[in-house]
Amino acid sequence: MSLSRHRRVLPGFRLTLGFTLFYLGLVVLIPLAATFAKTGELTWHQFLRAVASPTALAAYRLSFGASFLAALVNAIFGLLVAWVLVRYKFWGKRLMDALVDLPFALPTAVAGITLASLYAENGWIGRWLAPMGIKVAYTQIGVFVALTFIGLPFVVRTVQPVLEDFDQEIEEAAATLGANRFKTFCRVILPMIFPALLTGFALAFARALGEYGSVVFISSNIPMKTQIVPVLIMNKLEQFDYPAATALAMVMLAVSFTLLLAINWLQWWNTRHYEQT
Amino acid sequence: MPYIRPKRPTTEPAAVRWILISVALVFLGLFLVAPLVAVFVGAFSNGIGYYLHTLNNPATLSAIKLTAIAAGVSVPLNCIFGVAAAWAIAKFDFFGKNFLITLIDLPFSVSPVISGFVYVLVFGAQGWLGPWLIAHNIKIIFEVPGIILATMFVTFPFVARELIPLMQAQGRAEEEAARTLGASGWQMFWRVTLPNIKWGLLYGVILCNARAMGEFGAVSVVSGHIVGQTDTMTLYVQALYENYDQTGAFAVASVLTFLALMTIAMKEWVERKGATLAEAERKS
Repeated sequence: MSLSRHRRVLPGFRLTLGFTLFYLGLVVLIPLAATFAKTGELTWHQFLRAVASPTALAAYRLSFGASFLAALVNAIFGLLVAWVLVRYKFWGKRLMDALVDLPFALPTAVAGITLASLYAENGWIGRWLAPMGIKVAYTQIGVFVALTFIGLPFVVRTVQPVLEDFDQEIEEAAATLGANRFKTFCRVILPMIFPALLTGFALAFARALGEYGSVVFISSNIPMKTQIVPVLIMNKLEQFDYPAATALAMVMLAVSFTLLLAINWLQWWNTRHYEQT
Repeated sequence: MPYIRPKRPTTEPAAVRWILISVALVFLGLFLVAPLVAVFVGAFSNGIGYYLHTLNNPATLSAIKLTAIAAGVSVPLNCIFGVAAAWAIAKFDFFGKNFLITLIDLPFSVSPVISGFVYVLVFGAQGWLGPWLIAHNIKIIFEVPGIILATMFVTFPFVARELIPLMQAQGRAEEEAARTLGASGWQMFWRVTLPNIKWGLLYGVILCNARAMGEFGAVSVVSGHIVGQTDTMTLYVQALYENYDQTGAFAVASVLTFLALMTIAMKEWVERKGATLAEAERKS
C-alpha cells in the first residue's frame, strides 16, 4: 500500500480554496475587470480627452501634492508621536495611544464635517488663523488638513512596534563610544527604523490619494483649484459621463496598484532589514 | 565631594523630553481631540431636545436600519470568507499563494469612489448586466443591494488579513494531531481551530464592522440618495449637512463617533486579552 504523495492529513483544502476564489472573483475581480473592459471600449481620443484635460491635470497636481505633503507631515509627527509613546512616561499616555486609531475608526464623512467646522473662519481653530490671513476651510490647505488627519495612524503604527523591539544595548554602545544622544539618534536609531518609516509614509500617501469623504466637505471642490481626483470622478458620475469616469478610474487604479506593489516590496525589505540587524 | 547622579546614556535630558512630549500632545490634541470634542459640542448646540428629536426622526431611524443591514450582511459574509481563505492559505501549500494574498488585499488600495463605481459598471443601466437586469426588473444600483455590495467590497480584506498571519504562525501540528486522534473535520474546526483563532477573528470582525458602518464614498456612488430609503447613516449626515441642518448632521455624526470610540475600546480590550493569553502560554 502506498500513500499518495498528494494525500493531505487536513481536510477542506478544495472547499476553502474553492470558496475563496469564487468569492474573491465575484466581489473583487469581476467588478475590477469590468473597469478594464469598459476602458477598452473607449477610443484613444476619448481616453486622452478625459485623462489629460486641464481639469484632470490640475486634479492630479492637487491630489499628488496634498497627499505627499500630508504623508510627509505624518512621517515627521508620526515618528515623534511613536517615539514619545514608546520611550517616555506621561499622564494620559494610554488614552493618547488608543486615540491614535481614531482616524481609522471614525467615518470619513464625520471627519469631513468636523474638520470643516473647526477650520471655518468662525471655527475654533479657523478663528485664530483668520487674523493671520490663513484660510484653511474651502481651500487647498483644507484638503491637506483632511488628508493629514486620515493618514495620521499609519506612520505611528508602523514605527511603534519597531521602536518597542529596539535593543537599547546598541544605544548604550553608541554612548560608550562617545556619541551624544542626537548623534546616536541620527546615526544609529534612524537608519534602523527608516524602512518602517518609509512604509508608513507610503501607506499614508496611498490612503490619501484615494480619499474622498473627508475632503469633499472641507474643500470647495472647484475644478482647477480645489478639486481632487476622486471628487472629479464623482463629478463625472453625477453628470452620467461614464466614459470620462472610467478613464479617470483606470488611471487611479494603475497608480494604486503600483503603490500596492511598492508597499509590498517595502514591507518585505522592512522585515529583512530588521531580521539582519 | 557631592554625589553627582550619572546621566543615563539611553535617554534625553528632561528639557528635551518635555519639549518632545508637548509637541506630540499639541499635534494629537489639534488633530484628534479637537475634532472629537467638536462633534459632541456641535451635536448638542441646539439643546438636548433637538438632539433627541433628530435621532428619533423616521429618516434617522431608517438610516440606522440601512447601515445595520449593510453591516449585518457584509460582516458575516466577509467573516466566513476570511476563515476559509486563511484556512486554505495557512494550512496548505499551493502555487501562487503570495499572489492570492496580494489579490485579497486589493480592495484596501482602491479609492472608495472607484470601489462603488466598479459595481455601476457591472450592474448599472449601461453596465455588463444592465440590460438583463432592466428586462427582469431587478434593481441593484441606486438601491439597497448596491449599498450592500459596495460595503462588501470595501470591508473585504479585514478578517482574512487578520487571520492569515495568525494561522500561519500557529502551524498545522494541533489540527493534524486532532485528525490523527480521529476527530472529524468539523470537530477539529470547532474544538481546535476556532478556540485558537477566536481573538484574532474577533479583532478582524471589530475592524470590519467599523468600516462597514462608516463607509461613505463607495456607498455614495451606488446610493439613490433618497432620504428615508437609500441613505445610510453617513449619507444622511451629508444630506443634513447640505440642507444647512448642521446641528442635525452633528447629532447623527455623534452616534457614529460613539460607535467609533466603542470600536477603539473593544480593540484595546481584545489586544490586551490576546497579549495576556500569549504571555500565559509562554509561561506554561
